[in-house]
Amino acid sequence: MGGCRRRAGRPGLPLQGTMPCMGAAEPNLSRATARVAIQTDDFDLGAEVSALRAGDPGVGAVASFVGTVRDRNGGAAGEVSALELEHYPGMTERSIEAMIDEAQRRFDIRAARVVHRVGQLAPGDQIVLVVVASAHRGAAFQACEFLMDYLKTQAPFWKKESTAEGARWVDARVADDAALARWGIAAGNAACAAPGDAAGAAGAAAR
Amino acid sequence: MKLRVRYFASLREALGPGEEVELAEGATLGALRDALVGRGGRHAEMLARGRAVRGAVDQVMADDGQPLRDGAEVAFFPPVTGG
Repeated sequence: MGGCRRRAGRPGLPLQGTMPCMGAAEPNLSRATARVAIQTDDFDLGAEVSALRAGDPGVGAVASFVGTVRDRNGGAAGEVSALELEHYPGMTERSIEAMIDEAQRRFDIRAARVVHRVGQLAPGDQIVLVVVASAHRGAAFQACEFLMDYLKTQAPFWKKESTAEGARWVDARVADDAALARWGIAAGNAACAAPGDAAGAAGAAAR
Repeated sequence: MKLRVRYFASLREALGPGEEVELAEGATLGALRDALVGRGGRHAEMLARGRAVRGAVDQVMADDGQPLRDGAEVAFFPPVTGG
């Protein structure tokens, strides 16, 4: 599920001088909230959107994406009873910070935040949130999709599903590599077998 | 040089969370993987060439040609599946 809200700026409000921590010209650099959160707790989309655009009257568009746990993965409804998310502490935060830096280079955005849950999740639970604020909608939409495409193939998270047949690691999808390729970036994730090893590459793609 | 190797997801289940590895100066990420495969057993199986394994050096995704420095943190893991 994704949502998008647009709000006109409020000219005339003297917000510029009212931010106690705003020393820099770039609104992003001095935000009180971190750009990346890796947490076991759930998140609140409304609260995240409010926090992201708070104190920046230049924001005119906010785009968001929420990923949720499905109860199936190519099989019958209800086949997945639980999902466990493992990650690489340190590298996870670092890689997502780098993605947001790249999004800021590519798109005219004013702020972005990514929240990703780890640990034990159940079908219907929220997993990931991307929120982007910009002056106009185009940059927010694009940066939101770019960040999700990047995260899917470059952030070190791994999903393990519980089913009636036991637990299984979720396979990476070639389609996710293709999604990042649209932005001119080679993902090298789902098809990351050694170059020149055709059998291995085919095996990776088929799994 | 001494390297700190870490494993995640299916590789962690098979090989444990990590280990210290001694390797000749100037070795690359690919050389480290080959050295681990050379041990045989579970290492050879899980890190085999042709198997989908990604690597990171000091918490940044890296290719086989990436040179390693003494004390580096190197990680091997399957393709990522977050989001």
